[in-house]
Amino acid sequence: MIRFDHVCKRYGEKEVLSNLSFEVREGEVFSLVGPSGTGKTTILRIIAMLDNPSSGTVMVMGKDTRTPDALRVALRRQMGMVFQKPAALRGSVADNVALGLKFRKFPPEDISRRVSEVLDLVGLSGYEGRRTNTLSGGELQRVAIARALAPGPRLLLLDEPTANLDPVATEKIEDLILSLNEKSGITIVLSTHDMAQAQRLSTRIAVVLDRKICQLGNPFQIFYQPVTREVARMVGIDNILAGEIVANEGGLASVDVSGVILHAPSPLDPGTRVTLFVRPEDLFIGKDATAGRSSPRNVLPATILRLIPQGPNTRVTVDAGVRLTGVITRQSCQELGLSPGMTVSVSFKANAVHVVPVEKAG
Amino acid sequence: MNEIVDGFVQAFSLIISLDPEVLEITARSLLISLAATAVASLVAIPLGGLIHFREFGGKRGLITIIQTLYALPTVVAGLFVFLLLSRAGPLGFLGLLFTPVGMVIGQAVLIIPLLVGMTLVALSGVKRAISDEIVALGATQTQAILTIIREARFAIIGGIILGFGRAISEVGAAMIIGGNIRGYTRVLTTAIALETSMGNIALSIALGMILLGIAMVVTVALFIVQER
Repeated sequence: MIRFDHVCKRYGEKEVLSNLSFEVREGEVFSLVGPSGTGKTTILRIIAMLDNPSSGTVMVMGKDTRTPDALRVALRRQMGMVFQKPAALRGSVADNVALGLKFRKFPPEDISRRVSEVLDLVGLSGYEGRRTNTLSGGELQRVAIARALAPGPRLLLLDEPTANLDPVATEKIEDLILSLNEKSGITIVLSTHDMAQAQRLSTRIAVVLDRKICQLGNPFQIFYQPVTREVARMVGIDNILAGEIVANEGGLASVDVSGVILHAPSPLDPGTRVTLFVRPEDLFIGKDATAGRSSPRNVLPATILRLIPQGPNTRVTVDAGVRLTGVITRQSCQELGLSPGMTVSVSFKANAVHVVPVEKAG
Repeated sequence: MNEIVDGFVQAFSLIISLDPEVLEITARSLLISLAATAVASLVAIPLGGLIHFREFGGKRGLITIIQTLYALPTVVAGLFVFLLLSRAGPLGFLGLLFTPVGMVIGQAVLIIPLLVGMTLVALSGVKRAISDEIVALGATQTQAILTIIREARFAIIGGIILGFGRAISEVGAAMIIGGNIRGYTRVLTTAIALETSMGNIALSIALGMILLGIAMVVTVALFIVQER
């Protein structure tokens, strides 16, 4: 659907995208994830041909985007874009939603029918006559989505579609994105800084950090097998440990992490310096090492350092020779009677540890 | 002092009694200046659009010249058009000197820079985000330009109203090109100038009040448009 081939983008001296190559497949929900100011918006603007790459090639729907204006318009008419801060034109909601249809010369009776349909889709039935300057931020966002959807695009570009919305509105928009993709097979490229949202929506995720795509994969790969420390931090892996493989028996490696031996699956040879990633949810914390668990490979005695409530859960930081953070439900925290200074046992399966050699981990 | 008071009393009676000469001069003034504003708009808005949407060398300089011409003295505009339309001038064969049509041309020339400038201001008032939206929605270049002009319409109308105000209140071009011929090219401003010099203070005051009244209507209209 979309292919970036060695794309660079500079604004004057400042490089915004550095040698980017990736592909978006037809029918997928593709998320660009990363902190703000890393080039996500620029990628979307290049796809919509609002900006041109400084070098490299961008193909959209099999066509090179470096093409005369008339062809660009034809290509753009198969996509819809929703900007992070959508702008509405003066006039009514219906005027705004109808704009793309008018540009495409739809007959007037089709326009009014289609406008009602898409407003219904975004949950704004009956808003046709409202002046755009009386809309709230969330309403404006939804009008912008309706406006982009009205002409029935094959490709939808969404720049931070829920950044300005409350949780209820966010959920509605996420549902809409999923159902559009499932029912109409629209390819969706969206940018977000919300990792959890990317995980909920995406077929594949591209982590954009420092002008580059650091990792591209399905949500499982991104969340459980990050390739670098930076990606791991972004996806909420608190436990990032540096160590060295000391033994490897048939794919089960023993890793020395500042004196503590951990077990993890890895094909790497002894002597390799590695980084280990362990998700806090995969840590089991209890008074008794094996309580409720089937023989975890890694069992460590530990002292509780800190307990931090987090929604329905509690984050537990412990010293087990290495510092580890786990998440347990608040209820089990109370049942266990955890408190700082207490001695506990931390355990996790070998499979919960993701091993990356240091060269790649940067 | 008495003379002024008498003048105002007579002026009121001239207006209230709908004096035919007063009415005729007022109607002609409105007609000529409205026509001039229409002609100027037809030239200035597309021209402003062209300058705004095209990139070319010397664009900044051209805009500065246009802004300088906001203050184009009315007599200079009058002189310029007089030279064009005079018998020996390049457009002399049209025989438009000392005619209402000639005055329309003169006033149009006078306010075109103002209207071009106001169109430019109005179009740059349309945010980049809006034009991005329009392009992303699949507009061709022509559609995008028309939609952006439409988006700027209230600001452009504001400029048109200002231009009309300048046209109807100017005396230099009207005098030089029209010649202040009674019943043919005499308008409010030229009539005031003449009647005052002839000592017909009452008529001058009456015409002056009408002119001020028109200025007030223009200002109110501008206010309403800018409130939108």
